[in-house]
Amino acid sequence: MSRKSYMQAINEALAQEMERDPTVVVFGEDNVGGTGSPGEIDAWGGVMGVTKGLYGKFPNQILDTPISESAFIGAAAGAACSGLRPVAELMFVDFMGVCFDQIFNQAAKFRYMFGGKARTPMVIRTMYGAGIRAASQHSQALYPIFTHIPGLKVVIPSNPYDAKGLLIASIRDDDPVIFFENKVLYAIEGEVPDEPYTIPLGEAEIVREGEDVTIVAIGRMVSMAEQAAASLADDGIEVEIVDPRTLSPLDEDTIYESVENTGRLVVVDEAYPRCSMASDISALVAQNCFEHLKAAPKMVTAPHTPPPFSGSLEDLYVPDPEKVANAVRETVGQGVAS
Amino acid sequence: MTESEVAGARERHEELDKGALLDAYRTMRTIRDFEERLHTEFATGEIPGFVHLYAGEEAIAAGFMAHLDGDDYVASTHRGHGHSIAKGCDVKGMMFEIYGKDAGICRGKGGSMHIADLDKGMLGANGIVGGGPPLVCGVGLSAKVRGTDQVAVSFTGDGGANQGTVFESMNLASAWDLPVIFVIENNGYAEATAQAFSSKGIDIAKRADGFSMPGVVVDGHDFFAVHEAAGEAIRRARQGGGPSLIECKVNRYYGHFEGDAQTYRGENEVENVRKEKDCLMLFRQRVTSAGLLDEAELDKIDEEVKNLIDEAVREAKEAPEPSPENLTTDVYVSY
Repeated sequence: MSRKSYMQAINEALAQEMERDPTVVVFGEDNVGGTGSPGEIDAWGGVMGVTKGLYGKFPNQILDTPISESAFIGAAAGAACSGLRPVAELMFVDFMGVCFDQIFNQAAKFRYMFGGKARTPMVIRTMYGAGIRAASQHSQALYPIFTHIPGLKVVIPSNPYDAKGLLIASIRDDDPVIFFENKVLYAIEGEVPDEPYTIPLGEAEIVREGEDVTIVAIGRMVSMAEQAAASLADDGIEVEIVDPRTLSPLDEDTIYESVENTGRLVVVDEAYPRCSMASDISALVAQNCFEHLKAAPKMVTAPHTPPPFSGSLEDLYVPDPEKVANAVRETVGQGVAS
Repeated sequence: MTESEVAGARERHEELDKGALLDAYRTMRTIRDFEERLHTEFATGEIPGFVHLYAGEEAIAAGFMAHLDGDDYVASTHRGHGHSIAKGCDVKGMMFEIYGKDAGICRGKGGSMHIADLDKGMLGANGIVGGGPPLVCGVGLSAKVRGTDQVAVSFTGDGGANQGTVFESMNLASAWDLPVIFVIENNGYAEATAQAFSSKGIDIAKRADGFSMPGVVVDGHDFFAVHEAAGEAIRRARQGGGPSLIECKVNRYYGHFEGDAQTYRGENEVENVRKEKDCLMLFRQRVTSAGLLDEAELDKIDEEVKNLIDEAVREAKEAPEPSPENLTTDVYVSY
């Protein structure tokens, strides 16, 4: 066990899986960085450096691609059907627009359309989220769109430990997995075991226990919820934080058990509010825990606008601990007295 | 004789010996009868959904597949029955599938537009125009990484040829030196729009130049021309020589889909092609006049194929529907 960043945890998961299984092949734009250039090879190791150093260890298992997401994301699907376990990188999830057909009409549907004969063990690693002034086409949190599609699994780690364990589980999984990495989280550190380990897809984690309000928080929003929880505790409000860790499959039972105990729900989701995880989880809880609810579920999300560029606007855009705490206080102040 | 022996070519035939010729004829005849029969049966209203027929283009599927092994892969188009039959998919299973039956090759969940059998290296017909070329790049990468001599062939129409996926995939295959062959089946129409308009009537094979790969045009009615061009490209790919583009100029005998009144076609267009360029007719003339096969051998295949298709349709009509619980199975491997 040692302290590692979220980025190092992902790099280590990739390296250990490439070592374990020579059919694990990594590719994407500049994943090596420098192929065919007169200068250094492995110059970049991914646009953020997540795959840096893998080329040196596994020169036959990592490739640069042309800037052609349709071709290489589709190639991941074809490779997965014919003996590889590809890990393709869709640099920013905002670029799904140029390759979505290969994801949702091809990879996601093979197993069903082909009567159960297909296995498509592929992972698409992709970066999401606002917070670095990357503006409207490089900052979105589009995981609800993927969660909507049957046949895809959607994984969204909130910390370095989960990032490593969930990525290894995703690579070993036989279904197509979309693995969402938050660009702001890359630098955060946590305890990460050196050896390979897996975290099962579909198991939420109770990040903090509490009796008064359940917060379901997704990805980077877990840390916002934790900060809110600390200030709320000072006021005598104890929140329970559920980190779903995977959005498809979604561990509904853990959410319901928590809400049955607290009677109040706040969902914190960086995505747009309509047809989001926040609205979906609120609806599920309303349908399945109605008799336990003491107040209406609350959603803390980005507004229904594209992510803005200016820091003064972007800081308002992303849910923050204060907004989360306010939502919790509102829900505590509402509804039936316990 | 087993059903697979009846259905068509299953072995790799780089040289056209007698067995190869018989297999090629059987493949083309099976596709033709399968499609002609679907045309008739569709008109009765018993076949659900969309059906796109390959009749007229059989020499292409047969010519390419003669060079492929079972573990080579192909990706197909809306018009995928011919590629499936030639790649060795079970003919009765295909017929059951097109009727939406539980015994179908995809358990009745795919239908004509998604007919597939990965165990046979058939990555599927594809309901998305231009959907297949990225997939074969992945197969090519897989073969390279695993160190096999497998190849992958994508079939695309002249309509699909204008999709960005096709350009992207040709470029990727070239950049990665993949053992992939891009086949453009130019039947002159993207649905109802003429290739003369949608690609300015150019030889699509010329686009190969832009991706640093060889590109050739062949007569898609001529099995021997297709077989020769396919052989050269596939051999090159197996030996590490990278991708190729082959444009097969051909005609389809029916509409874009069944039910298409085809008022956009020229007067007697199809009749003339049937009379002058039919691939089965040309093949028969060539092999009999050269003394390679005799009429009786070919007639025998015609008879066997007719019986197979009759049986397939009869059984498909009587076969049980999928059971309701199958609605939600096979979405994920793990649950």
